[in-house]
Amino acid sequence: MKLKDSLIALIVLAICLIWAFVDGNAASQGIGSAMRLMTPLLLACLAGLYSERAGVFDIGLEGKMLMAAFSAASVAYLTGSAWLGLLAGIGGSLALSLVHGLASITFRGNQLIAGVAINFLASGLTVLVGQNAFGLGGRTPALTGAGRFQPINLPFAETLRDVPVIGPIYSGLISGNTILVYVALLMVPVTWWVLFRTRFGLRLRAVGENPASVDTAGVSVTRLRYAAVAICGILCGIAGAYLATGLSAGFVKEMTAGRGFIALAALIFAKWRPWQALFATFLFGLLEAIANLYPNLDLGIITIPSMFMNALPYILTVIILAGFVGRAVPPRAGGEPYVKER
Amino acid sequence: MTAASDMMGGRSATTAPAAIELRGISKAFGPVQANRNINLNVPKGTIHGIIGENGAGKSTLMSILYGFYKPDSGQVLVNGQPISIADSQTAIRAGIGMVFQHFKLVQNFTVLENIILGVEDGALLRPSLSKARGVLKQLAAEYQLNVDPDEVIENLSVGHQQRVEILKALYRQADILILDEPTGVLTPAEADHLFRILEGLRDEGKTIILITHKLREIMDITDDVSVMRRGEMVASVKTSETSPEHLAELMVGRKVLLNVEKTPAAPAAPAAPVLEVRNLTMTDDEGVQRLRGIDLDIRAGEILGIAGVSGNGQTMLLEILGGYPPKGSKVAGEIRMNGQPLPIGGRGCDAAQRRRAGIGHIPEDRQVEGLIMDFAAWENVAFGYQDAPEFTKGMLMDNAAIKADAEAKMERFDVRPRNANLAARNFSGGNQQKIVVAREIERNPDLLLIGQPTRGVDIGAIEFIHKRIIELRDAGKAILLVSVELDEILALSDRITVMFDGRIMGERLPENTTTGELGLLMAGVTDTAHTPDDAGIPPESAHVETLPQEPA
Repeated sequence: MKLKDSLIALIVLAICLIWAFVDGNAASQGIGSAMRLMTPLLLACLAGLYSERAGVFDIGLEGKMLMAAFSAASVAYLTGSAWLGLLAGIGGSLALSLVHGLASITFRGNQLIAGVAINFLASGLTVLVGQNAFGLGGRTPALTGAGRFQPINLPFAETLRDVPVIGPIYSGLISGNTILVYVALLMVPVTWWVLFRTRFGLRLRAVGENPASVDTAGVSVTRLRYAAVAICGILCGIAGAYLATGLSAGFVKEMTAGRGFIALAALIFAKWRPWQALFATFLFGLLEAIANLYPNLDLGIITIPSMFMNALPYILTVIILAGFVGRAVPPRAGGEPYVKER
Repeated sequence: MTAASDMMGGRSATTAPAAIELRGISKAFGPVQANRNINLNVPKGTIHGIIGENGAGKSTLMSILYGFYKPDSGQVLVNGQPISIADSQTAIRAGIGMVFQHFKLVQNFTVLENIILGVEDGALLRPSLSKARGVLKQLAAEYQLNVDPDEVIENLSVGHQQRVEILKALYRQADILILDEPTGVLTPAEADHLFRILEGLRDEGKTIILITHKLREIMDITDDVSVMRRGEMVASVKTSETSPEHLAELMVGRKVLLNVEKTPAAPAAPAAPVLEVRNLTMTDDEGVQRLRGIDLDIRAGEILGIAGVSGNGQTMLLEILGGYPPKGSKVAGEIRMNGQPLPIGGRGCDAAQRRRAGIGHIPEDRQVEGLIMDFAAWENVAFGYQDAPEFTKGMLMDNAAIKADAEAKMERFDVRPRNANLAARNFSGGNQQKIVVAREIERNPDLLLIGQPTRGVDIGAIEFIHKRIIELRDAGKAILLVSVELDEILALSDRITVMFDGRIMGERLPENTTTGELGLLMAGVTDTAHTPDDAGIPPESAHVETLPQEPA
């Protein structure tokens, strides 16, 4: 791998090391928190990766996650099972994916406009249904016990806690996360393998670059794109469910808070590649964790106000989208509905 | 072809079924009858040419063969078996392979990945890739189709990309290969190499259908030729029994002058040249130098032809001379028009300034630069000259005057249909081009820049446009002609320069040169005296057999 490709990984590693050097305990706590904050971003980013690699731009990640968070929280509250909540979350997100697919694949509509519509739809629908069902101003009642995903303690986490270096990393970072965090991490190599080592992945990438090549090879462009959009829906569903039943305990109005768009920025930052997506989303998670841990960062001479710290991920998003990270070439057929030519 | 079969007057006497037989194929798109009752018989192991003007229905017919369209009526027989080709998959299974004019390759995939796409052997890629590697090696040895299997498509030359398309078809075990305008993007030497490959394939028993509008290629390589005109198959003849003149007449439906009649140029010799270009360089927005010191002189009353494979800087040269250098590029050098220096960038350098200086421009891509496709023909005829006094009334445009002027021009240039209110989009390629040519030539510019005047234009219109260009020259104007069609360059130019990789490789006089010599220059070989004409094939990618079995 070229140095340029591992640039994000190096930046992330450098931040972690410096932090650990300056304040070891806080770093261990912060990096653990960053991993949890990264999880929804990473899942949404990989969701977008499947969709956009197949040539369907999806700015509706935000809306799908929001819808998933709401349906997951509602069902988890009503049934008391986080797992049923997860299924409901995936279902809610998939339904919106189907709308996106219909609009942009079958009816060859504008993918961006369809995405915007999905965001509005989810934003309005969740609050409306939530208020009607629970009467809490769009919130769902707080989840407790089995209604939430609980942290999993890996074996030996307690015994190894006091071992220097390895101890904090194993017990503080690797152990003690909910199952969905591990799922998200596992999705990175899985996505890489699917994209670059399987027939499905080859065709998926081809359909995002030059759908005519797939069509003339006798493979259905429509079916491939629907498959990609459906995978995108499932991953967004897990991301949303994690937000409502893992990271927090219940649904709050607009709880995605732009994470869908940050995931898109990370996707561009990562140049549509799975491993880079992991590091890019981790960088965003790290910034959010730092902002949470040091509301007023005191650098001796000046104190950075908390508003600025909280805005950091969004500022970085703007910088990335403005193209300050070098040329990011999107899939060539992205955004274009496929029309068979004569 | 044996003497015996010749004596029997064709192949109807042979018993083997035809590779492809079409019976009464018809296809209409709304009111347009694209194919009408087409019959075609392509015997096994032959190269069959299909020739016709744009819009004659060749592409529709081939799309039917490849499963893109369903015919309204008629029957397709492959190897004697009736078959209904519902989609491309069926066509592939029936042994039909297609090489499209615009390649259907994934640009950032390797050659191998492109070849297995759609015919992978299983859910995992690795076994398919290594099998394809072996097959490719075999095909390369058999048919001189050498391509580095691990090279990414965008790094390959156009000629090599075309080989990948052919390999794709052969890998799918195609017995019948259809090539749509395959030589449009190739140098003459690359085209010759392609023809040798096709002959090799034919000798192995493959059947080849070659769609082209170039009469010379039909005469050079095909065994039989079928001519289409306005959706109908007007003739099927043996190539050896016909002539280019006869074929042209069949295509157009009337006699056509294939050779442009022109008198020798009478440039105003001692006077200063109309256009002088000195040491013109251009670096594009990615920092790549695309023009590397161009020097040109064009005198009044002569046509300077610039030959070259497309993409060697001709487009940039035209754009800079036309006043609109590509965005983000850095241009340096000197351009003088009638002795006056012209600005080459920044303020004051635009197309309007060039027009005021007496430069007319027929751009390479009429649909993007020459016309606004959704605007009416009369509006298009005024573009660029909308500020001319005869087109304005005070602050407003004088639409009536523009319309009258457009109708007169359409009359003089025989634009059909003669309807100035029709959007430019609704005219055929040839008639669109006539609108642009009329607009620029009738302004009587001192210098006319022409890019690809007859690309996608039918033979009848080509003849007309060529005549007008010669007339303008005879009226004492200077003309810069850029074309990738060598025949056109040779027929029209008084002097020929060849561009390769942003440089001028040399200048020749049309009467003292050959296509072979120009082809060498186009491929970057300057020492044309000591190189055989067929050597002008660009350097090969690594040979398959010299490559390691697995990429490192």
